[in-house]
Amino acid sequence: MSALLDVTDLAVSFRTRDGLVRAVDGVSLAVAEREILGVVGESGSGKSLTVLAVLDLIGDPNAVITGSIRFRGQELVGQAPETLRRLRGGAIAMIFQDPMTALTPVFSIGAQIAEQIRVHTDLSRRAAKARAVELLDAVGLPDPARIAARYPMELSGGQRQRAVIAMALSCNPALLLADEPTTALDVTVQAQILELIRKLRDDFNSAVILITHNLGVVAETADRVAVMYSGRIVESAMTADLFADPRHPYTWGLLGSMPALDGVRRERLATIPGLPPALDRRPAGCAFAPRCGFVRDVCRVAPPPLAGADHAVACVIPEGERGSARAGVLAA
Amino acid sequence: MSDMTANETLAPPAPGYWATAGRKLVRDRAAMISLAVLVVIALLCAAAPWYARHVSHTNPFQSNLSGTVVRHGRTMEVLGAADNPLHLGIEPIGPSWRLGPYMLGADQQGRDVAARMLYGGRNSLLISFASAAVCLVLAALTGILAGFFGGWVDRGISFLLDALWAFPVFLLAISLSVVLIAHGIDFGLFRLDASSLSLPITIIGVIYVPYVARPVRGLVIGLRQSEYVMAAIGIGAPAWRILWYDILPNVISALVVFAPLIVALDLLTEAALSFLSIGVQPPAASWGTIIHDGESLIYTRPVVAIAPGLAIVITVLALNILGDGLRDALDPRAKLRN
Amino acid sequence: MLGTIFRRLVHMVAVLFGISVLVFLIFFATPGANPAARIAGKNASPQTIARVEQQFGLNRPLPVQYGLMMKKIFITRNLTSYVNLGEKVVPQVFRAAPVTLSLVGGAAVIWILFAVVIGAAAAAFRNTWIDRLLMVLSLIGISMPVFWVGTMANLFTQGIWHHTLLFSWVPPLGYIDFSKSPFGWFKALIIPWITLAILYIGLYARVLRAALIETMQEDFIRTARAKGLTERQVLLRHALRCSLVSVVTLFGLDFGVLVGGGALLTEVVFGLQGVGYLTYQALETLDLPMIMATVIYASVFVVVSNAVVDILYAAFDPRMRLRR
Repeated sequence: MSALLDVTDLAVSFRTRDGLVRAVDGVSLAVAEREILGVVGESGSGKSLTVLAVLDLIGDPNAVITGSIRFRGQELVGQAPETLRRLRGGAIAMIFQDPMTALTPVFSIGAQIAEQIRVHTDLSRRAAKARAVELLDAVGLPDPARIAARYPMELSGGQRQRAVIAMALSCNPALLLADEPTTALDVTVQAQILELIRKLRDDFNSAVILITHNLGVVAETADRVAVMYSGRIVESAMTADLFADPRHPYTWGLLGSMPALDGVRRERLATIPGLPPALDRRPAGCAFAPRCGFVRDVCRVAPPPLAGADHAVACVIPEGERGSARAGVLAA
Repeated sequence: MSDMTANETLAPPAPGYWATAGRKLVRDRAAMISLAVLVVIALLCAAAPWYARHVSHTNPFQSNLSGTVVRHGRTMEVLGAADNPLHLGIEPIGPSWRLGPYMLGADQQGRDVAARMLYGGRNSLLISFASAAVCLVLAALTGILAGFFGGWVDRGISFLLDALWAFPVFLLAISLSVVLIAHGIDFGLFRLDASSLSLPITIIGVIYVPYVARPVRGLVIGLRQSEYVMAAIGIGAPAWRILWYDILPNVISALVVFAPLIVALDLLTEAALSFLSIGVQPPAASWGTIIHDGESLIYTRPVVAIAPGLAIVITVLALNILGDGLRDALDPRAKLRN
Repeated sequence: MLGTIFRRLVHMVAVLFGISVLVFLIFFATPGANPAARIAGKNASPQTIARVEQQFGLNRPLPVQYGLMMKKIFITRNLTSYVNLGEKVVPQVFRAAPVTLSLVGGAAVIWILFAVVIGAAAAAFRNTWIDRLLMVLSLIGISMPVFWVGTMANLFTQGIWHHTLLFSWVPPLGYIDFSKSPFGWFKALIIPWITLAILYIGLYARVLRAALIETMQEDFIRTARAKGLTERQVLLRHALRCSLVSVVTLFGLDFGVLVGGGALLTEVVFGLQGVGYLTYQALETLDLPMIMATVIYASVFVVVSNAVVDILYAAFDPRMRLRR
């Protein structure tokens, strides 16, 4: 079974005065057709950069991308700019975090969607405009014809994000990259957008990479989850498995810090003490070692490899000890 | 779990804002070359009296209609008969291109152009820098007062600034210059002669105040609403303290960026006013007046018009490049270039 | 939209009033000089001075004087020059206006075209030699005094190289009426157009480049790229459209100032008898009535064009339209 998107050992580094700094340090993941993959991590974990690297949208002349990104078998790293350009908005579409600034202020919504359609298809201007209205309808916007004539600033955040999604889907992409699409929105709108994304997979047959820092978001929406820390993937599993049997101390910390609606009410929310390491001062071994409560000497020597077939984890804690260690962190 | 991690060692204190900016500026080759050029020009102009005495042996302010000068062993008239077949008209002596009397030739009054260029440069530079200083100080004052205190202080000052700026700048300069410079000011104790340089300095300084004051006011308003200033007000810091420690440094750094540009603007304005004979008054010289003199000699002795123009271009160009360099150095958002 | 226009017009009238008061004060109320003597011009006899005083009512209170002067300029339009012996000033200004408009209009077309091309090219090829070259040229453009550039232009087109093929077609200095000879009108204006445009091309190219570079950092540019647009489409369609706004406002202000007589230096150097040239002539002879008239009409042009720019800005940028 060949994956739709196959990332192997991806590294994104930046040239700085003090040398090369690796923001994404050897990430490997795969997305199958019509699969929703959630990538979870805090700010600075490298999740956004991973996905920006797919379409070479990092936009920094000092960025260096190494490794392999294969889309339907075609290598994208080092690919000719023209080939990449044709993929953008066509087979692979991307939506970004802040809907407020994502759209060009001086063009109407309909015009911007139609523009993308006309880049990838031969449709006439009128046909493209009509299709734009259809798409706005498909994402659940009321009175889509009027919205198409509006300018971005006339829409609310939630409406704008829907419009952005409509635009991204306009050319039936096989893969949608969604970089924290709900972070800038209220919770109720968040839920609607997530539902919309689930619907997309069903109606449009798109695979989705959903990036977020919020585990709650992936719990509802993703089929598989990858947890990133300091530029590396530390755990990767089917969503249900991840929540039922989390295996990495960082994942435990994340789960433990979520307030529960049911169960025992704790006095204080648990936190993970300390901070992620600065990108240029990553420790030699496991990046999480300085904050890990179960660290042992071998952890500081070399980063543990990501091991496991369906449920992979980058940690040396033997399976037998895992249960009790976890219980300690997630205790009521 | 440990509280202190290996990564939380104390970083060395960051170098100061001005030190970082200074270092960045020094690395900007174009800006440094421009600075050097400006210094050289200033020094040359400062040496004007020395040049007049020892090199050109002339008095650049006195007509020399019947003078002679020795060149190539021949004695030539400074203002000789013209070169045309009928010898109609008078033609001043041309440039010798050698260090000595009349290196750049003479003007229609027989005066040494090179010496007048240096003296003219003194006046032009003096007026530009002084008026720029006047402009920046007044703009800082009005901008800070209007931006910080708001209310009717702001309304009043903004109204005055808008009224001043509504008048097309150059025409305002001309109007004021015509009225004041041709006749001087005289009211009781306060008297300024028509030839006093304070007049163009004040006029040119004042007319550009709104141009600088408005951004300063905007900056101060933004600062006043910034979180750290509101925090300072919140803990009861007195106004003068906030002004001195929080507002003033930012305003100063904005003014530093403006400074070379304003000097350049003022230099061009002074040149234009002098060209129109309402700037520096004869017999004093400025680069603008020399271009004016050179206009009537343009087809016979073009160097009289070309030289001061080039001087202005070089000076203004250097100021602009320096201004760009300063702006890049003081901009905290500058991205790293490889 | 109408509300905006009305508000702007009211503001405009207020500003014009303020300017007229300022002009009046400058010429009539500067401490330490006798306005009558100044109006009569240099070397006027005491009788002329007395007559001026009576005519302008200089012995009356200031507000009355102000009223009288405004009447002479706007209503009765019989403000006469004291140097050109009875020649009416206001009609002269009206006759000179088309010259100035031709000069500034033509120069504006040239400078906008070049500035947009140069600014966009510099931004597109940012930090390459193309960018650096264009920016150096722009810097030189804004560093040259316009009257000197004109003098140099004349030196070559009228003097040194006039007999060569390159410049033999250049007519002698002066304005050729369009109705008399359109081709002549064009030939007489092309060198002045270029001279005046050089300064503004430099200025606007730099402004546009900076605005474009800043706009290119915005999020919506990244979205545009993610849609699959080529770099050129992103720059020319999305970034340029958003950056032009700042250039448009600048243009409106500059155009107004130039038409109002700010092109005086260019007109003088090329012998084009526009409003600026009139102002200059009045300066040479200290013909105060003429100066007053030209300055006030200049201010009218400026203020009107400011208002027009504001209104156009609202039409151009949907954000402005909706905010009101």
